[in-house]
Amino acid sequence: MINIVTPNNKGTYKQPDIFGYYGSFGGAYIPEMLHSNVEELKEKYLQIMYEESFQKEFQHLLHDYAGRPTPLFLAERLSKQFNTKIYLKREDLNHTGAHKINNAIGQVLLALRLGKKRIIAETGAGQHGVATATVCALKGLECIVYMGEVDMERQQPNVARMRMLGATVLPATSGSKTLKDATNEAIRDWINNPNDTHYVIGSVVGPHPYPDMVARFQSVISEEMKKQLKEKEGTELPDYVVACVGGGSNAAGAFYHFLDDPKVQLVAVEAAGCGINSGMSAATTQLGKPGVLHGSKSLVMQTPDGQVVEPHSISAGLDYPGIGPLHAHLYESGRAKFLSATDKESLDAAFNLTKMEGIIPALESAHALAALKQMKLKPTDVTILCLSGRGDKDLATYMKAMESNQ
Amino acid sequence: MNRLEELFQRKKEKILNVYCTAGFPELDSTLTVMKALQDNGADIIELGMPYSDPLADGPVIQASGTRALQNGMTIEKLFAQLQDCRKEIYIPIILMGYMNPVLQYGFERFCQHAAAIPVDGLILPDLPEHEFETEYGPIIKRYGLDFIFLVTPETSEERIKKLDELSTGFLYAVSSSSTTGKQQDFDAVEKYLQRLQGMNLKNPVLVGFGIKDKQSFETACKHASGAIIGTAYIKNIESAQDIKAGTKAFLQPIIG
Repeated sequence: MINIVTPNNKGTYKQPDIFGYYGSFGGAYIPEMLHSNVEELKEKYLQIMYEESFQKEFQHLLHDYAGRPTPLFLAERLSKQFNTKIYLKREDLNHTGAHKINNAIGQVLLALRLGKKRIIAETGAGQHGVATATVCALKGLECIVYMGEVDMERQQPNVARMRMLGATVLPATSGSKTLKDATNEAIRDWINNPNDTHYVIGSVVGPHPYPDMVARFQSVISEEMKKQLKEKEGTELPDYVVACVGGGSNAAGAFYHFLDDPKVQLVAVEAAGCGINSGMSAATTQLGKPGVLHGSKSLVMQTPDGQVVEPHSISAGLDYPGIGPLHAHLYESGRAKFLSATDKESLDAAFNLTKMEGIIPALESAHALAALKQMKLKPTDVTILCLSGRGDKDLATYMKAMESNQ
Repeated sequence: MNRLEELFQRKKEKILNVYCTAGFPELDSTLTVMKALQDNGADIIELGMPYSDPLADGPVIQASGTRALQNGMTIEKLFAQLQDCRKEIYIPIILMGYMNPVLQYGFERFCQHAAAIPVDGLILPDLPEHEFETEYGPIIKRYGLDFIFLVTPETSEERIKKLDELSTGFLYAVSSSSTTGKQQDFDAVEKYLQRLQGMNLKNPVLVGFGIKDKQSFETACKHASGAIIGTAYIKNIESAQDIKAGTKAFLQPIIG
């Protein structure tokens, strides 16, 4: 169980200051119409999250429903290939196929304790939408998921899953009709329904306290890593932790309990798309500038006039023009190293893992795998790579890649 | 005394603020729209600076912003369009927009250029009061611009008092906790406005969101100094062949 850490005036890597800042990033840049909702959450989230009854139910569902703890698997053939030691944190084995369920369980339980009757969420690839719809089905709550019209078209199986789970999937038809616009629509819904609705944000983005709250719900990943590595290696601390970053929720969870151990090198891998300078990329730390998006100050991909641009990645889960404020701070302070992998490198890495270990990874996680090549790992190094999700949802993309390789 | 203060001293009721998006319907129609508003009884012009992700706006205003961006509108171009506007436009002008484009333009440079027009006030709905007090408010003040905060029916009395204290010019009462353009329940709106009226606020109150015709304007004006029309006007000029005639046909019945 995690101890309560009360926010103070200074802020650390693990927790923002009382105004929600990690260094110069974060805050709550929201219109007044959202103030009462966000304020209520800010006042109550820590207290509710660390209540004994909450923790009991949360841990119970993580264990018996999501299937935690997820294994820490020594990938022997992959390790041999890179002449080092690589462990995979198997978040892909969670119920619904990714780490997203950790946060969905946490936030839905929190919403119930806030007396909310209606749950809304945004989704890109559909993994967070499916996770939220799943927990809402479990708890008998109304669930509305906003999804870009373009994404609904390219992720049809997840749209069907959400509908089967009883959720209403509403298309976001404004702007570029993808994740960014789905997030705008969800925020508008919340503005229009200030009393009975909780907005389950799927990543460590949004106004304070969301980045901190989501990071805490996902921190179970690194909590387990430490315990499991101790059993296997006799030490809690690996040399490297590697995770992919879109908004950054699996990376936040995988880094969380190592943030204060400078011995552990943190590696975040962004989606380079067709290449950093191709104009078709989603590598926010490389291409973004400080700005305000979806309620917090962070790095944002934008035009010189401050209009947010549409990124590109083969992986819908990394296809976001911003990054959580914690990660912007980790980048700026140098605490984490930011690498990137292209669409092509990630596809190759996905096929490689499938062949070497019999595990089909999600395209998002494949970006983390693709970065291993760039890391110059030593034989004595111990690396944990967060395998954030499984690749079932990406089969269409993988099949296309196989056809074009034949 | 700036134009806003002068206006509120001279006129105590039925103040009409009309919102329009800069660079909409055409890139170069900004001044035509402003002139039409002034000629047909608007007391204040609220110029929206288009943004790709306007969280506090409804679909109609967002669509007008998308079109303005497609027309090539930028803050840079807006200031160029406004450069000589004070030869013709003598009523108060307020710029409404979102933090990100303003930050990219440079916050101080933005205030400096706005003050040079001169523009009278700013509305930036996603600038929180903490950052306003510690970082941006002093810059806004240095350039003599008013800054207008929003309040909603969910805003606590204590917070309304604080936002009223921080605001200059007027206080923007959102008539229901909703994005612009939605239908309102006017009984609930009246109760909320009566509550604001009873609070002895420092600033005049203008009511925004959901005002679309004479009836809704009059209802809002019963308990406030005036009201703001946005979505209904955008809809009107979007389909109007002639901006001047369309504006006249829209505003005359409301103020008449």
